[in-house]
Amino acid sequence: MLFIKCPHCGWRSQNEFSYGGDATVKRPELGKQVSDQEWDDFVYNRKSLRGKHWELWQHLSGCRQWIKVERDTATHEIFNTLKANEEIS
Amino acid sequence: MTQSFRLENVGLINRNKKLSFKFNGKSYFGYEGDTLASALIANGVHLVGRSFKYHRPRGFFGAGVDEPYAIVQLYRNGETEPNIKATEQELFDGLEAKSVNCWPSVNFDIGAINNFLKIFLPAGFYYKTFMWPKSFWFKVYEPFIRKAAGLGVASIKHDKERYEHKYEYCDLLITGSGPSGLASAYAAAKNGARVILAEDKARFGGTLLTSEVNIGNKSGKEWAEGIVAELKEMPNVTVKNRSQVFGYYDHNMLVMSERISDHLPETKKFHPKQRLWYIRAKEVLISSGSIERPIVFGNNDTPGVMLSSAAKEYLKVYGVLVGRNPLIFTNNDSGYETAIEFKKNGIDPIILDTRKNPQSEIVDEAKNLGLNIRFSHVVVAAQGYKKVKSADVAKISDDKEQLGTIENIKCDCICVSGFWTPTIHLASQSGNKTKFNEDIDAFIPGTSKQNEKTLGAANGVFTLDETLKSSIETGYELSNQITNNNNKVSFPNVVEKKSTVHDKFWCVPLPKGKNYKRFLDFQNDVAVSDIEIALKEGYRSIEHVKRYTTLGMATDQGKTSNLNGLQLVSKIENKVVPNVGHTTFRPPYTPVSIGAIVGREVGKHSKPTRKSPMHSWHEKNNAIFVDAGVWLRPRYYKQGDENLFEGSKREAKNVRSNVGVCDVTTLGKIDIKGPDAAELLNRVYTNAWLKLPVGKARYGVMLREDGIVMDDGTTTRISENHYHMTTTTAQAANVLSHLEYYLQLVWPELNVNVVSTTEQWAGAAIAGPKSRDLLQKLFPNSDVSNEGLPFMGYTEGDLFGVKARIFRISFSGELAYEVNVESNNGNFMWEKIIELGQEFKIQPYGTEALSTLRIEMGHVAGSELDGRTIPYDNSLEGLLSKKKDFIGKRSLNRKSFTAEDRQKIVGVVPLDKKTSIPEGSHLVKDSKAPLPNPKLGYISASCWSVEHDNPFSLAILKDGKKMIGEKLFVMSPLKNKVIPVEIVSSHYVDPKGERVRS
Repeated sequence: MLFIKCPHCGWRSQNEFSYGGDATVKRPELGKQVSDQEWDDFVYNRKSLRGKHWELWQHLSGCRQWIKVERDTATHEIFNTLKANEEIS
Repeated sequence: MTQSFRLENVGLINRNKKLSFKFNGKSYFGYEGDTLASALIANGVHLVGRSFKYHRPRGFFGAGVDEPYAIVQLYRNGETEPNIKATEQELFDGLEAKSVNCWPSVNFDIGAINNFLKIFLPAGFYYKTFMWPKSFWFKVYEPFIRKAAGLGVASIKHDKERYEHKYEYCDLLITGSGPSGLASAYAAAKNGARVILAEDKARFGGTLLTSEVNIGNKSGKEWAEGIVAELKEMPNVTVKNRSQVFGYYDHNMLVMSERISDHLPETKKFHPKQRLWYIRAKEVLISSGSIERPIVFGNNDTPGVMLSSAAKEYLKVYGVLVGRNPLIFTNNDSGYETAIEFKKNGIDPIILDTRKNPQSEIVDEAKNLGLNIRFSHVVVAAQGYKKVKSADVAKISDDKEQLGTIENIKCDCICVSGFWTPTIHLASQSGNKTKFNEDIDAFIPGTSKQNEKTLGAANGVFTLDETLKSSIETGYELSNQITNNNNKVSFPNVVEKKSTVHDKFWCVPLPKGKNYKRFLDFQNDVAVSDIEIALKEGYRSIEHVKRYTTLGMATDQGKTSNLNGLQLVSKIENKVVPNVGHTTFRPPYTPVSIGAIVGREVGKHSKPTRKSPMHSWHEKNNAIFVDAGVWLRPRYYKQGDENLFEGSKREAKNVRSNVGVCDVTTLGKIDIKGPDAAELLNRVYTNAWLKLPVGKARYGVMLREDGIVMDDGTTTRISENHYHMTTTTAQAANVLSHLEYYLQLVWPELNVNVVSTTEQWAGAAIAGPKSRDLLQKLFPNSDVSNEGLPFMGYTEGDLFGVKARIFRISFSGELAYEVNVESNNGNFMWEKIIELGQEFKIQPYGTEALSTLRIEMGHVAGSELDGRTIPYDNSLEGLLSKKKDFIGKRSLNRKSFTAEDRQKIVGVVPLDKKTSIPEGSHLVKDSKAPLPNPKLGYISASCWSVEHDNPFSLAILKDGKKMIGEKLFVMSPLKNKVIPVEIVSSHYVDPKGERVRS
């Protein structure tokens, strides 16, 4: 079970969180014309990376905040966590 | 019964407390502090089971977790448990155990015929034999194999014992209380760190209990007792015996199984039987020691052949002789320690040492004691069937290939020592890249992936002095990184006998003309010849060899067999062991009971049960409940001996003709506040929300980004910047997360707050033509007329002193209202509704009637919004705004979503107007078409229409738009039904929706 540092609450066990997928995907702006390809990339197409990966988690049984977590998908090592409003550098 | 193999005045058992027990129906006694194994050996019992495949007689091989043989079925306090190691099971008064894998008895086992058929049972036998004919697998082969092979029987009764889970955090977790565990725990604890010390056995001290050493002018055992006593007094230390750390998971999470009551005749009141600890440790020190490995020789599985360290432990800890005429077969000095202990107790062992001329303090001591030592000698084969009677021994050449003349020596046990294998299981589980150590011929931990370090024998360090020094240093250093206390403990003075190197010899060659089975894996009956066959047949990877031969796959996980198996493969393949590699170590290190893993989450505790504030009223009024997610909801209120069908029909009819009341507390409710609340709703829902006036409700549908309907419900504008959203019962939690996702990550500029209020409000739906009359009685001061509170209107009212929210919304399709009050007042509200509703013939209705009412109205619910349908499929396309963008809108342009013949919701009526249609059935054009019969759609929900008094179903049907009036067939292969049906509109009752506005 992973041990995740919630930027709001501190270190908590994985079972307090739910997974939310790739954190680098940006939703196209509302009302903007987007091609089929752009929309498919947003909705479906993911890289399934091996290695470092920024992903979203929600601290569901805690502060309910969505957070960004940089995790190695192969080793589970977690390098960094950010609040929702903090930009991935 | 006399204990003929028990010594006087030796051992750590309590001779003042005699315990009686039964094994295979026969009564024996032992002492407090015995294990089942030691007590049986004390009574001269060595035949305890039969082997897995050949049903060969099985005795005892070890004295602890490594035991591959002595697995018994345990009976305790009316319960039974399989897969119990006799070497680990502590004796208690009244214990009963039986042998497993033998029939009719351990002494006469019919399965032993396999022993004579063994030439027909080679590696991969099952794979090769039971392939054909295919149809025989399920009916003949599998049941037969299951009956023939197996280690005990699981109880099918409900386990009345309690198992608990505990979560714990610490600075250092130390696994094992041998010299390295105690020394490191002591150093870390004295330096202020929070320490958990876990010991698998009942007694602390590990090898210190059996070795002849001196630490700080005390015996090893006394030193260990002193350290443990001191640790137990420290507030920052948790010391646990009978506790096995069996799994090392990610981010330094380890799981430990504590056996709290297994050693007692019955579990004490309020005590659990076992407790599972989830421990998150900053640092882990693995001090799990090492396991002696056997030397492979002919018939080396005969009862009486056992590890020399086990013989020593039985003698020193339990005061039990494993034999009176022992033969020690060793390739290192450890065998001598066992021999010396025998000698001290008046027994004269013979030592066979594979080495030519070893020189060490221990060997010298054995020589000085006058022990009979034969150098360059090996055991070729054990003789005897149910117990060792003698051994064929021979001199072996310096190159270890040639055997000299074979001589038969009488003996009653053979104590084997093939040197030591570090217990690296936990380190390997943690992701540590293990490395092969040539000096000790075994793997030791290498590069750590997580915060762990391995100490002492588990790390291949076999001298006490070095172990204590490195352990104290490590305990200090790791704790100091955390506490910065700089408190060091001093190194004790250590006296131990020096030993010399072992002989890298592990398998005795077969003598000419003999074909003895030489076993590697004692539990799964894997012999040298099986590995040879596997390699001949082309298996190369050690992982494949393992699976093909089942080497190391038994419940002991190959603790005594893995390395010898690797040695054999590397010898045949002409590779060095590190290049062959070892198989993966996976948790659990030792078997863990299912009860401990499940913990308290059994039966009703497997998930929370949510009840509405009106639950006790429902109970009192004969409600039959149904699980709705985690909620308990009344399905119908039983009157007399009504069944579900009759009761729900009565309730639904009463709603259509009079008035009914339904508990709708379980609906998800989300409170939405803020100046941008309307904008949020406008983006989340598919229809327009910016112009909803205060005091009005609106029905809305929300999509996922992929265009699939996520949920529906009504949202009401309570005041300027305040909305009350309802969701379906099932999706309540997901919708809240969904809103939070967009507010926190996608549109953080929106000034809105959302919070769940599902449990804060109790809800009652009042539905039926007389509902307004009832509402007026409930709220005499409110204007609830059709003008004062029109359809989709909202007002607040005073329910005899209780503040209430009144929504004019309808799921049943009738004139209907939903009244919400604070949960605490829910029961008051409900009783008032029932009381004042009497004159209107009110009846409560449950979920079954609720379903009937919505199905015949064609209102969609969870069975249509099933994660596979878009708005069009549910005839909700009228709610899709063309003027604005919303979540998921872009996806609706997908080709398949806009296809002319896209699936759509329809109504289905059987032609005979009698036959009920099973939910989940398929719709086909031709019931007799060849398979696979093209499927046009599926039945999503079925009911008995109370309005039309015939069955009616909803279905999602391909090209549903054009199918109205068509005749199709409903097919349910599961229920073996073929029903001719007509497709009709999904709005079977009041298609214009006049009633809700009346």
